[in-house]
Amino acid sequence: MTDFGFTLSRSSTLDLQRVDEERFEQLCKLEKGASVCIGCGSCSATCPAGALSGMSLRKILLAVQRGQEVRTMLQCCMLCGKCTMVCPRGINTRNLILSICSIYD
Amino acid sequence: MKRNIVIIGGGIAGMEAARALLDLGHTPILVEASKMLGGHVAFWHRLFPDMSSAKNLVGRLETEIAGSRILLNTKVLSLNRLADGYSLKLSNGSVVNASVLLISTGFSLFDARKKEEYGYGIYDRVITNSDLEAWFSGKRDARVPDNPESVGFVHCVGSRDLKACNAQCSKVCCATAIKQAIELKECFPYAKVYCFYMDLRFFGKKYEDFYINAQRDYGIRFIRGRVSEVGETIDGRLQLKAEDTLSGKPLKVQLDLLVLMSGIVKNDSIRELADMAGIETDSDGFLRSIDNEYAVIESNRPGIFYAGACTGPKTVPETVAEARSAALAIHSYLEKL
Repeated sequence: MTDFGFTLSRSSTLDLQRVDEERFEQLCKLEKGASVCIGCGSCSATCPAGALSGMSLRKILLAVQRGQEVRTMLQCCMLCGKCTMVCPRGINTRNLILSICSIYD
Repeated sequence: MKRNIVIIGGGIAGMEAARALLDLGHTPILVEASKMLGGHVAFWHRLFPDMSSAKNLVGRLETEIAGSRILLNTKVLSLNRLADGYSLKLSNGSVVNASVLLISTGFSLFDARKKEEYGYGIYDRVITNSDLEAWFSGKRDARVPDNPESVGFVHCVGSRDLKACNAQCSKVCCATAIKQAIELKECFPYAKVYCFYMDLRFFGKKYEDFYINAQRDYGIRFIRGRVSEVGETIDGRLQLKAEDTLSGKPLKVQLDLLVLMSGIVKNDSIRELADMAGIETDSDGFLRSIDNEYAVIESNRPGIFYAGACTGPKTVPETVAEARSAALAIHSYLEKL
């Protein structure tokens, strides 16, 4: 086929209807705290891996909620536990991360 | 002159003030324009955060103020300032002289049709918070489907909206949205319920607990993004667009029901009365208090007091507390005359 140099852009729109929530629901069962995140970003701000690798627990949890891939980012976590210390909702972020790992394994 | 107290507006502010004044030995005259007491609360089903019955509250107050003079279906046609009080001409033909006026005329709910992009009055499946309360109270509403798969709530409809001429936060809608989302989830446990918000403002006692319950125990999904437009699909569902601002991506979703959280706005019907009484309106259009820290219930005119949402959006407990405080202020004002 002749290549005219044009392509179709894929829409970046998130269709909530088609979001696969299965993994997020599974996660809420393993770690109740997953449902009470308020997206404040404290975890990501304090994360020592964040500045160097782009690791962000807030983004990871949001991606799980939206049914998206998280493995690459998860690998950067060192389980240091600073995020547990700062979370205002008292989420057991260590268990949250390990639970996400087990679901995405 | 007889030391009459006239309360204008028979919502919970006026009722609670009448109750407290009766307790203090006065016999207030309560003037209500509509055919019933209770104002907006009378049309609400349950109140946050304890989910108590709104009808019980209004019913209890009604019993307790039976000893005051209550004039229903009565409007204040004109008001004259006298040397030592006010003279009111009422729509029932009578003229009442009063030493003290308590203005408790409350608020109006924002007319959601003005935000045309949300389709209230255009699409079949769009309702407001007050429509939903009526439905909870047992009123039939063809717009509420039998078994919705997905329901959306839009926060801040007509509030925090300069274009709608209401810069103020309506204060009660965040908690109301959560209350209604929980109640809907109880009616339809399998429905997905989304709340679209700009900010969530849970300032009151136990409101944040309410929010956590909604997240954890009811699985209500909170999406930070203001709804930009709503359309109808070919099969009669609603298609909603917003930005998922936490991920920075545009978002769309199809819904079977959309609930608009119409905000508290100023009650324009008292504008004329305020002019006749010589009291001012504040920059937000609500009645102006002497100050907004220490003297919210006091007007610039001697003998005219305020209670409730006529000075700005208020919750039920705030309104009730103001009504009691106004009753005390009126009592000591009369003592000093």
